[in-house]
Amino acid sequence: MLLIRCPYCEQDLPELEFAYAGEAHIARPQDPSSVSDEEWRDFLFIRSNPRGVHVERWRHVNGCARFFNAARETVSDRFLATYKAGEPRPDIASLSGEAR
Amino acid sequence: MTSHRLPNRGRVDHARPVRFSFDGRSYQGLAGDTLASALLANGVHLMGRSFKYHRPRGVVSAGSDEPNALMGTSRGPRRFEPNTRATIQELRDGLEATSQNRWPSLAFDFGAINDRLGSLFSAGFYYKTFMWPRAFWDRVYEPVIRKAAGLGVSPSEPDADRYASRFAHVEVLVVGAGPAGLAAALAAGRCGASVMLVDETAEPGGSLLSEPSVTIDGRPAWDWLAAILAELAALPNVTIMPRTTAIGYYHQNLIGLAQRLTDHLAAPPEGAPRERLWRVRAGQVVLAQGALEKPLVFDGNDRPGVMLAGAAQTYLNRYSVKIGDRPAIVTTHDSAWFAAFDLAEAGVKPAAIVDLRASVDPALAARARALGIEVLPGHTVTGTSGRLRVQSLRVNRIENGKVGAAREIACDAVLMCGGWTPSLHLFSHTRGSLTWDGELKAFLPGEKTEAVQIAGAGRGLWGIAAALDDGASAGAAAARVAGHDATAQGHAVTVDRTGSGITCKELPTDRDPARAKAFIDFQNDVTAKDIRLAVREGMRSIEHVKRYTTNGMATDQGKMSNLNGLMIAADALGQEAPQVGLTTFRPPYTPTSFGTLAGYHQAATFEVTRKTPIDPWAQAQGAVFEPVALWRRAWYFPKPGEDRHAAVNRECRAVRTAVGIFDASTLGKIEVVGPDAVTFLERMYTNPWAKLGIGRCRYGLLLGEDGFIRDDGVIGRLSEGRFHVTTTTGGAARVLNMMEDYLQTEWPELKVWLTSTTEQWAVIALQGPNARKLLAPFVEGLDVSEAAFPHMSVAECTVAGLPARLFRVSFTGELGFEINVPARHGRALWEKLMAAGQPYGITPYGTEAMHVLRAEKGYIIVGQDTDGTLTPDDAGLSWAIGKAKPDFVGKRSLARPDMVAKGRKQLVGLLTDDPKTVLEEGAQIVADPHQPKPMTMLGHVTSAYWSEALGRSIAMAVIADGRARDGETLHIPMPDRAIPVRVVRSTVFYDPEGARLSLREETP
Repeated sequence: MLLIRCPYCEQDLPELEFAYAGEAHIARPQDPSSVSDEEWRDFLFIRSNPRGVHVERWRHVNGCARFFNAARETVSDRFLATYKAGEPRPDIASLSGEAR
Repeated sequence: MTSHRLPNRGRVDHARPVRFSFDGRSYQGLAGDTLASALLANGVHLMGRSFKYHRPRGVVSAGSDEPNALMGTSRGPRRFEPNTRATIQELRDGLEATSQNRWPSLAFDFGAINDRLGSLFSAGFYYKTFMWPRAFWDRVYEPVIRKAAGLGVSPSEPDADRYASRFAHVEVLVVGAGPAGLAAALAAGRCGASVMLVDETAEPGGSLLSEPSVTIDGRPAWDWLAAILAELAALPNVTIMPRTTAIGYYHQNLIGLAQRLTDHLAAPPEGAPRERLWRVRAGQVVLAQGALEKPLVFDGNDRPGVMLAGAAQTYLNRYSVKIGDRPAIVTTHDSAWFAAFDLAEAGVKPAAIVDLRASVDPALAARARALGIEVLPGHTVTGTSGRLRVQSLRVNRIENGKVGAAREIACDAVLMCGGWTPSLHLFSHTRGSLTWDGELKAFLPGEKTEAVQIAGAGRGLWGIAAALDDGASAGAAAARVAGHDATAQGHAVTVDRTGSGITCKELPTDRDPARAKAFIDFQNDVTAKDIRLAVREGMRSIEHVKRYTTNGMATDQGKMSNLNGLMIAADALGQEAPQVGLTTFRPPYTPTSFGTLAGYHQAATFEVTRKTPIDPWAQAQGAVFEPVALWRRAWYFPKPGEDRHAAVNRECRAVRTAVGIFDASTLGKIEVVGPDAVTFLERMYTNPWAKLGIGRCRYGLLLGEDGFIRDDGVIGRLSEGRFHVTTTTGGAARVLNMMEDYLQTEWPELKVWLTSTTEQWAVIALQGPNARKLLAPFVEGLDVSEAAFPHMSVAECTVAGLPARLFRVSFTGELGFEINVPARHGRALWEKLMAAGQPYGITPYGTEAMHVLRAEKGYIIVGQDTDGTLTPDDAGLSWAIGKAKPDFVGKRSLARPDMVAKGRKQLVGLLTDDPKTVLEEGAQIVADPHQPKPMTMLGHVTSAYWSEALGRSIAMAVIADGRARDGETLHIPMPDRAIPVRVVRSTVFYDPEGARLSLREETP
């Protein structure tokens, strides 16, 4: 069971309090009716699934209930950073450097 | 009978005899015994039969790595456990143990025929023998294999015991209470760190319990141990937990512990849990698990009486049991020599010490000779004899690499030692790397991934002094990381028994190695030649060798066999051991009961059961319940003599002809509030909301972004910016999560607040032509007449003096109301309505009648009539889409090519030709029941009921191009026949005009 830092509560808390919510930084198109079928398909279904650092959404569902983002190393299953929804994606290169 | 017990020694209590039985025969042991030591004290070496060849087997070890001495133990009905390790099970008064894998008896077993047929059961025999003919699989091979497979017998009744679980947080967790672990706990505990010290055995002390002659800090080992344990026990920051196995090492220093609480007690306290699972989050972990002794691989190394030398030493020094009168010792390591010395000094006459090494420490040899033990360096063992107990050892001198002439040495036990393997299981769980030590011929911990220290024999250090010093350093280091000012104190050790050894593959022999039964994995009957055969047949990876031969796959998970298997596989492959590599260690470290893992999640506390405020009333009425999501809901209310169908039919009739009362409290409820609430609902739900008037309701349909139906419910507008949203019972949490997701991450600019109010309201549905007549007298502040409060109205008012939200809605097709009152008043209102409703024929109905009534009207249940692949159009709900809306969740997906393609499955009605036949939900539908298999399936039945109102069966189904098949006859193949059905385009079977929803009866 992982320990996850909620960026809103500013505490390291057990994974039991959280729910995974898929890859992060996939914005819903402002006007879905104007995008092509292919673009919409990619928005719906196509995910990066990397071996390495993955930026992903979590929800502190059994806590403050806020959605936030995290960068996690999928090989070691380590969290490299968590940050509030709406904040920019962290510099992956520097984070994965720290991971090694 | 107790001639194998030596008086006045060991850690057993010679003054406290304990009665127990083995295979129905009564024996006596001592308090402090294990089942294995007590049997050995009674001269019983034959303790089990092996898995494949049913060979007679005795105990090999004195610890949790035991592969042979597995037994069924019981403390009465529903308290039987198979595969209990006799070496771990503490003796208790009245313990009943039975041997396994034998018939009719342990001494005479028919299954031993497999031993003679050994050539049929070589490595990979499953894959070779049972290949063909294919038809034999179902009827012959599988039943036979299933019957023969497995050790012991699974319990057939529910476990009567309780199990517990607990969380803990400590600064330092020390695994293993041998010298290294004790020193670590002491170093960390003395400086104030919070410490948990766990050990899988009953008594802390580890190897010290088997080495009483050592002195530490000027005191005999056991006196030092007692003093240290007293000091640790007195420290409030230290917890010592014996009988507690660290079974798994998980991320970020979370350790799973399995604690055995009552299996050692003759009379456990009433209600006491049997085992407890701990989840411990530790700042630092000190692994002090020690090392495991390796057997030697030679022909006949599995006869009862052949055991590890260290185990014999433990039985002697700890349990005061001599394992034989004339044991022979076979070793490649100095440690077995000390076992021989201890036995000799206790009055046993070791026959010989056979050492594979040509030259041994002259001091050891001199001491052996002084004790009258024959010393045979540079010798090998090439066989044993004896059926149910070893009788002799066949020994050959090795000269210039050649095996010379054989001689027999009579003996009644063989003590073997092939060196020691550092126990790295838990470290490996962390995916820490292992490095091969070419000198020790052992894997040692390499790069760490967790905050862990490994101390003592677990990282290849040998001897008590080294273990103590290393443990103290590790404990102090761990405490320092935790912020304590810790220094490692040294411990002065004398009479330490250090030593070294070599590692062998199978021992050299003058006989045909292909005929040797030289076992590596005792429990799974894997021999050296099986490993070599696997390599010859093309297995290159150690993981493949493992699976092909089943080496290391028994309940001891390779604790004894991994290294020997690896050495032989490496030799056969012509590679070095580290190139071949180890198989992966996975949790749990030792077999763990399902009860421990389940903990409190059994019986009534298996999972949370949510109950409505009206649930106790339903229970008192004798309702039959069904689980719906986590809720317990009244399924139907049988009267005396009624079966389910009779009760449901009566309930349905009452709703259609009088008035039914239904507990709808489980409906999910979300309060959507804020100036942008209507905008938010416009974007979430398919329907238009902007023009919904205050005091009006509308059916809402929720899609996923993929365009498929996710949920539905009635939404009422209470004011400009306040909506009462209802969801399906099972979907409430998902819908709120989805709403929060969009609100927080896609549209954070919207001023909307979402609150789950599911449990704030008790909801009572009154449905039927008499509903208004019954309700109206209770209502204050609202005219509920048809004109003033028509279908799909909502209002806040007072009902029976209670603040209420009253909905004019129907899920039955009848005139209906849903009364929401604060949950704590739900039952009182229910009882008032029940009393007042008697003249109107009020009848409580359950979820089954509700399902029938809604199906008669063609109202779908999301998750029953839909399955996550239905669009609104597929479900016949296109009318619920706000066509003018520029966007809502899922709208864009409805225009994707696949979503508008022909051939999609559509929800339609089905009528059986025979009106009495009720279809099975889930049944598949075909066009031609005579077509060859596999048939082309067009869809499946989603709902099927007996309709009391229509006097016939009805069904709904999803069928490819269903609506275009209106009137077509299709077929439902069942095991005994095919049922013809007619497709009807509309799913509304009853009152298609909806006239009954707005019944204008006389208002009283």
